[in-house]
Amino acid sequence: MGRINIEKLSKTYANRRRDPRRDDDPLLRQGDRVNVLFDIDLNILDGEMVCFLGPSGCGKSTLLRIIAGFEPPSDGRVEINEKPVKGPSADHIFVFQHSGLFPWMTVAENVGLGLRHLKNRQERHEQVSEHIEMVELDGFEHHYPRQLSGGMQRRAELARALAVNPDIMIMDEPFSGLDFLTHMKMREEVVNMHAFIQKTILLVTHNIDDALIMGDRIVILGDSPTRVIMDRTLDFPRPRDFEKSSELSLLRSELFLMMGVNYAV
Amino acid sequence: MLTRLLKIGDRKPHAYPMPFLGFFALLLVWDVLARFSGWSRDVFPGPVVVLVSMGELLADGTLVRHTVASLFRVTVGFYLAAGLGIPKGIALGMMKTARSLINPLIQFLRPISPLAWIPLAMLWFGIGDPPAIFLIFLSSFFPLVVSTTIAVDGVNPTYFHVAANFNFSRTEIITRLVIPAIIPEVVTALRMTVTISWLVVVAAEMIAVQSGLGFLILDSRNALRMDYVMDAMIAIGLVGLTLDYLMRQLGALEAASWRKTTH
Repeated sequence: MGRINIEKLSKTYANRRRDPRRDDDPLLRQGDRVNVLFDIDLNILDGEMVCFLGPSGCGKSTLLRIIAGFEPPSDGRVEINEKPVKGPSADHIFVFQHSGLFPWMTVAENVGLGLRHLKNRQERHEQVSEHIEMVELDGFEHHYPRQLSGGMQRRAELARALAVNPDIMIMDEPFSGLDFLTHMKMREEVVNMHAFIQKTILLVTHNIDDALIMGDRIVILGDSPTRVIMDRTLDFPRPRDFEKSSELSLLRSELFLMMGVNYAV
Repeated sequence: MLTRLLKIGDRKPHAYPMPFLGFFALLLVWDVLARFSGWSRDVFPGPVVVLVSMGELLADGTLVRHTVASLFRVTVGFYLAAGLGIPKGIALGMMKTARSLINPLIQFLRPISPLAWIPLAMLWFGIGDPPAIFLIFLSSFFPLVVSTTIAVDGVNPTYFHVAANFNFSRTEIITRLVIPAIIPEVVTALRMTVTISWLVVVAAEMIAVQSGLGFLILDSRNALRMDYVMDAMIAIGLVGLTLDYLMRQLGALEAASWRKTTH
């Protein structure tokens, strides 16, 4: 189960001002703090793939880090399966923007991180192999991350996350820094994987097309202070192609406009 | 062995004889200076004289005995420093409060030359091996603590998030994250500190003990045998070269080289 309930979530950071505010400044009541997230309400269903879009620095990553339990919310609640998030856990695995693979471990050792509870070596080995095969990295089990290409590293990290069998996977710009073709392939793989395992996936991206092709739902966050400015469920069949579907194409133009680009190409 | 010692294995062919050429040039200059300096061979012996006397010292076992004595002190002192300093550095790196308590003390003690401790070391530990080992320990301990602390501090914070995500226990964080992550830096620190302790042992042996290469230098000076002094210096240089080579081998281990990119 991977149901997420977010209620009135706010996050503020201390603002390090050089000059203190004047005493009669009306904003003083807020304290010298910056609002990163403001009054966010979201309900994410089990098995949903939700794509978060928004301008740089709008707090998308912060929102995901709070859901993952890396940071506490300043206000409001985050509940996963009706239980408040108390900290990071293997039930909701974060896939990092830049590789979070341990560079001193081989691919197999990295993937095995989530399988440490299995005492039976044979069983553990089989599970590791199975997940490595799932991302088509068989033959690279004993390679170190530095010996893999960028795309292969992402796949290895995906395998490591899947091996834990988490309820929720949280992916922070999982395709950034990949070349165009690898990006396309990885996107396809994640879509297929999602169709196969039916886990809840939260995915942050800058890329509107990624969101349109992948998402069961698109959530757009607006800037300062961040709030949800659009939340739409996409019930288009897959595989999706916005050049063929006029409805999808219309939505794409709309999204581009919302993000401040007048002519989508 | 010698070619690998001088780190010339992986160079281009034309660079291969370069280190030997350097040594040869040094010998040549030394010889010319000794011949035409106008000083007697007792004051400034040339390479030939030194080579002959080295043969004597090797034949009667003096040089080997003193070298072994020095190496023993360095080994014990260095192991003590590594065995205590690296764990302490890890602890300080991981516990911010302990660091703010202890770090100023370390930074205060660190710039005090180990040689300044000689009077106290002799008073506390008498003569013989213990004071020399204590001085070597001091010379390596502080740099190792500081380098290890910095290395732990520099571990990519993402890895700690990953560890928390995969429910690492405190022990696992140390054994599977922190230690492998800092090995490259620690190996570099060990390489630098072994050189420092080799420098310090010679100085320490001039005061507190009756053996070792430092003692050989002092003793030969008292006997006005400058050729023996130079023999000891050559031995010191060669051992230093070997120690550095061994430490470099440590850096080539798989565990220490994950940082290197192979693309």
